[in-house]
Amino acid sequence: MDLSSINPILLLASLMVAATPILLAAIGELVVERAGVLNLGVEGMMITGAICGFAIAVETGSPVLGFIAAAVGGAVLSLLFALLTQFALANQVASGLALTLFGLGLSALLGQGYVGVKPPSTPQLDIPLLSDIPVLGPILFNHDPMVYVALGILAATWAVLKYSRMGLVLRAVGENHEAAHALGYKVVRIRVLAIMFGGACAGLGGAYVSLIRVPQWTEGMTAGAGWIALALVVFASWKPWRVLMGAYLFGGVTVLQLNLQAAGIAIPVEYLSMSPYIITIVVLVIMSTHRSGAPASLGKNFHASG
Amino acid sequence: MKITKILTTAALALGMATAVIAGSHSEKTKVGFVYVGPVGDGGWTFEHNNGRLAVEAEFGDKVETVFVESVPEGADAERVMTQMALNGADLIFTTSFGYMDPTINVAAKFPNVRFEHATGYKTADNVSVYSARFYEGRAVQGTIAGRMTESNIIGYIGSFPIPEVIRGINSAYIHAKKVNPDVTFKIVWAYTWFDPAKEADAAKVLIEQGADVILQHTDSTAPLAAAAAAGNVIGFGQASDMAEFADGPRVSSIIDNWAPYYIERTRAVMDGTWTSVNTWDGIAQGMVGIGEITDRVPADVKAEATALKDSIASGDYHPFTGPLKKQDGSDWLAAGETADDGTLAGMNFYVEGIEGDIPG
Repeated sequence: MDLSSINPILLLASLMVAATPILLAAIGELVVERAGVLNLGVEGMMITGAICGFAIAVETGSPVLGFIAAAVGGAVLSLLFALLTQFALANQVASGLALTLFGLGLSALLGQGYVGVKPPSTPQLDIPLLSDIPVLGPILFNHDPMVYVALGILAATWAVLKYSRMGLVLRAVGENHEAAHALGYKVVRIRVLAIMFGGACAGLGGAYVSLIRVPQWTEGMTAGAGWIALALVVFASWKPWRVLMGAYLFGGVTVLQLNLQAAGIAIPVEYLSMSPYIITIVVLVIMSTHRSGAPASLGKNFHASG
Repeated sequence: MKITKILTTAALALGMATAVIAGSHSEKTKVGFVYVGPVGDGGWTFEHNNGRLAVEAEFGDKVETVFVESVPEGADAERVMTQMALNGADLIFTTSFGYMDPTINVAAKFPNVRFEHATGYKTADNVSVYSARFYEGRAVQGTIAGRMTESNIIGYIGSFPIPEVIRGINSAYIHAKKVNPDVTFKIVWAYTWFDPAKEADAAKVLIEQGADVILQHTDSTAPLAAAAAAGNVIGFGQASDMAEFADGPRVSSIIDNWAPYYIERTRAVMDGTWTSVNTWDGIAQGMVGIGEITDRVPADVKAEATALKDSIASGDYHPFTGPLKKQDGSDWLAAGETADDGTLAGMNFYVEGIEGDIPG
């Protein structure tokens, strides 16, 4: 038992890396849900993004093209969900679950030839000057570019939802699609775009796992990250900055429990392994006690015939 | 009435066709393999699959092999084995510790099918067990690790706390300590044989805590990839050579060579001489190989490791030779005494000096 062997600077730095995949997926799902659509297929879109990104990065040798392909792959898969729920008016919960199962199977099929292959490495982004700052440098400014892309997407999402007309319309569609329709907004079109955004973000999150965090391809390698992202959105009361906090909390405890184990802390490993899930849920439940509610039209299908 | 008759005829015809197919198959010896990971894992399952390919190469069209990969340990494994037996397999290799009870259960239902279970200890009239003395390779690994570490911290990624893994930890520790009294081991249990994401996380954490040598008892190359990313960290190929990391962190490896055993057992089934046996071979018999030690290791360390390997192979030296104490300080082996196979097979304690508890 030697707590001094845990380096807090490296711990915080790896926390940011561990949180990035769920952060990306959760932002995407947040936008989808704010538009009034419940897409439970996050896990399926993530794993599809993971293999699309991995395959394209391996074939082209470019991680950047890989990430673009991952976003496209996730978005294309989410179109299937959009088709089912927005045009065929199928049940959103069932369609989302089906999307996850389909994504897991599809990715396993696509990934047949890629097991055990080494992907091209994504360079660390050493920001000159900033990364030399003691303590803050290694924590904040010494990561791969995707960590900052994820934070950028989060900030942009927050700003657009809060301050722009586009965000207002999106929220209106999510709160009351009948009223939004009466005002002349294209409810279905807006929702399809939101679903595609969610798919692209989930795909990026998946590719982050397969291209940077591991980096390797294995079937089912996202291992439930999509479900964590879904839970984060709910417990964060559909607020972007709380999603960030939840993601960092989850990533932090995930990294910390391995650190404690390596430091020889005498807590049974089983408790340590479940701790990220329990702590994240407990904290977010406490935070959301004042019930800032879900979008009013969440999960309800819309048809102009009303 | 007429429809029923047609259906009956169809069923009869189908039955006869199946019988014919089964009959034509019985000329070939059918060998089944159940794998815990994908054949592309580059480690454990990859080597078992090489053994399967060697069987095909040896016997050509006299043999037919089938395999199922990524089979979870538990009820699914039983289903897969049952299906193989029903499809006419004569011999089935089940290649992970967790298949032990499923293998025994299925073997009881198919007394005419022979089963070979890797790394377990339960046998039956139609179930053999076989394993390799990986701890002999761990002794060589421990020696190199103890000599190479500069931080004196060696990280160890364990899969499950079972005797096979604990033996490896003990053997590596004893030999690292022997050449470097200041060495400490940090152990993380991944609770999986193959999960690159978890293995990578575990390796990164160990490196963050100062380990500059990573030993792994999990099957993927992810820990080596993490070591490569960290730069000044070395590791070893596990179960397979993992030579693709030889210009980076991989300085040597333990290679499982199952091919001769698989060929021998398949031949025994063909000749009708197959009986239930308990095989536990090591470096001497070639079941455990030590991969090439790269130039990153200084020549004197390389010579020391090679000499150790040779003395184990010749039988002059046993990696568990006293005086050795258990972790709690109680005596285990007196000076010059060597561990018996029974104790090794059920090993559930750390030797003196290792910190932490075995999760139970």
